[in-house]
Amino acid sequence: MSATAAPAETSAAPSPRGPMASFFIRLVRDKPLGAIGAVIFLLFLICGVFADVLAPYGINQISPVNRLKPPSARFWLGTDHLGRDMLSRILYGAQLSVIIGFAAATLATIISVVIGIVTGYLGGKVDLIVQRVVDAWMSFPELIILIVVVSVLGPGMIQVIFVLGLTFGIGGSRIIRGAVVSVREQMYVHSAQSMGASTPRILLQHILPNVLPPIIVLFTTRVGAVILVESGLSFLGFGVPPPAPTWGGMLSGTGRTYMYMAPWLALAPGLCLTLVVYGINVLGDAMRDLLDPRMRGSR
Amino acid sequence: MRAYVIRRLLALIPTLFFASVIVFSTVRLIPGDIIDMMIAQNDIAADKTSREQLEQALGLDQPMYIQYFRWMGGILLRGDFGSSLWQEQSVIGEIMERLPTTFQLGTMALLVALVVAIPVGVWSAIRQDTWGDYLGRSFSILMLAVPSFWLGTIVMVFPAIWWGISPEVKFVPFWQDPVGNMLQLSLPALILGTSLSAISMRMTRTMMLEVLRQDYVRTAWAKGMGERTVVVRHALRNALIPVVTLIGLQAPILIGGTVIMEQIFVIPGMGLMLLEAVSRRDYPIITGVFLIVGVAVVLINLLVDLSYGLLDPKVRYR
Repeated sequence: MSATAAPAETSAAPSPRGPMASFFIRLVRDKPLGAIGAVIFLLFLICGVFADVLAPYGINQISPVNRLKPPSARFWLGTDHLGRDMLSRILYGAQLSVIIGFAAATLATIISVVIGIVTGYLGGKVDLIVQRVVDAWMSFPELIILIVVVSVLGPGMIQVIFVLGLTFGIGGSRIIRGAVVSVREQMYVHSAQSMGASTPRILLQHILPNVLPPIIVLFTTRVGAVILVESGLSFLGFGVPPPAPTWGGMLSGTGRTYMYMAPWLALAPGLCLTLVVYGINVLGDAMRDLLDPRMRGSR
Repeated sequence: MRAYVIRRLLALIPTLFFASVIVFSTVRLIPGDIIDMMIAQNDIAADKTSREQLEQALGLDQPMYIQYFRWMGGILLRGDFGSSLWQEQSVIGEIMERLPTTFQLGTMALLVALVVAIPVGVWSAIRQDTWGDYLGRSFSILMLAVPSFWLGTIVMVFPAIWWGISPEVKFVPFWQDPVGNMLQLSLPALILGTSLSAISMRMTRTMMLEVLRQDYVRTAWAKGMGERTVVVRHALRNALIPVVTLIGLQAPILIGGTVIMEQIFVIPGMGLMLLEAVSRRDYPIITGVFLIVGVAVVLINLLVDLSYGLLDPKVRYR
């Protein structure tokens, strides 16, 4: 641990470069693989945010003359059975993944933090009962909860975001709760209590800032997990309904029969999914090592 | 040991209770009317055409808590999960018909995962920071990112294009042709197993690294024991416990994965049954499968807890 890295460790001392900048310097220097992950993640974000500008063709622009064309200078990733440009659909697919990934991961993180902080700090009966509910909830696979909920609500983006947020939120509360339990017994919390600080004040002023590192790591890894589960759901035909170009959806449905004639249809969406989730995973691992040494080696 | 088992079984009661409440309320409490949806999509059997008949068939004409107790009572007292809205078959009968196939696929996938994860994880740890270690770690971190449904798709599409080989679509039941059945399930089990092995491999490696630094391992080395004995007898056995816990935690992922594999390879297990029921909005079946999956995961975790005693003689149940 060099002297330049020290300010980032103790959030109280202001770093000359600011905490974000010094974090990225440490990331590039100590965790090159994590830095590659960060670059992949950034590229994915840019593709998603600027899909409308970057895509050479429209999202559902059908061109019957150009059906099932292999990759070429005109269609970089080829075209599908309706003559839609695969590159454009992949880019719009990234947009959907960014929206669903960030919305669901944000919701999940908020739910995890609220449950984790309240049960971890209060303990007692509330904690005991809530933990049993969390146990029960965690014994259902996300995919199956999603399929069942979609069977009642019908498919759609809002449903997917809401259910993924709730499911991952409840599961993740364990990690936050664990961090809170270890912070709860610190001296500064006891002194705040003895000075008569109110519970909400202790939670917001003393507990929350000190469990921030696991929260940030949890959020990052959740974006990847959400994208992966959402793609599985779309693959099964229960995600955002077609013609929305979700990456999982592109690998399923009518497109499947054409893959035998046009194998590029099977490659691009899967490779993008793998690359993005890989990037987020290695970034998450690196962040865990840099921000939160206690969680090292665990998932 | 017996007292421990009894205590552990008693502790299951609240978890199973909350699980049943989750199943019940997911299907009945979320806004969105099942009946409206069924009528709007014409998803109704010929003999249950009116709203009232449907409500009665689903038991929705009663207050919520009575519905819950009737549903739970039927299950606990008579093993009755209701019957399908479409076929004249009980839900439990249909589940029992499909469950063995899913169980077989899941078990085969788990075996593949362990056979890959434990040796590679051990190798990675005892040869830390060699090219073999990097290869194993890169493989596991990559497998965490590859969606199994994509791997399944690739395995279906490319051999068919290159060599004209495609897997048999017609399912061979185990009791008809055990060898053919195992061969048929081996491809999906292999895909699911390798995806699953990634996390266990990382855990095996981490735990082995920790255990190999312990004093008793150094003592074993100092006694002049061979590498094999030290690694397998002294280190691995102690490193395995967290790995086994992880298997319990991965059970939901495994079951979720079987749904996708059953869909791709057209295997008539519980996952395919759920997907078919969802497309026909057959709620008694949906609820039944949902509950069975939850109970199965809880029981797997119980078995995992009880297995500690076999793996680690230090764990004495009191």
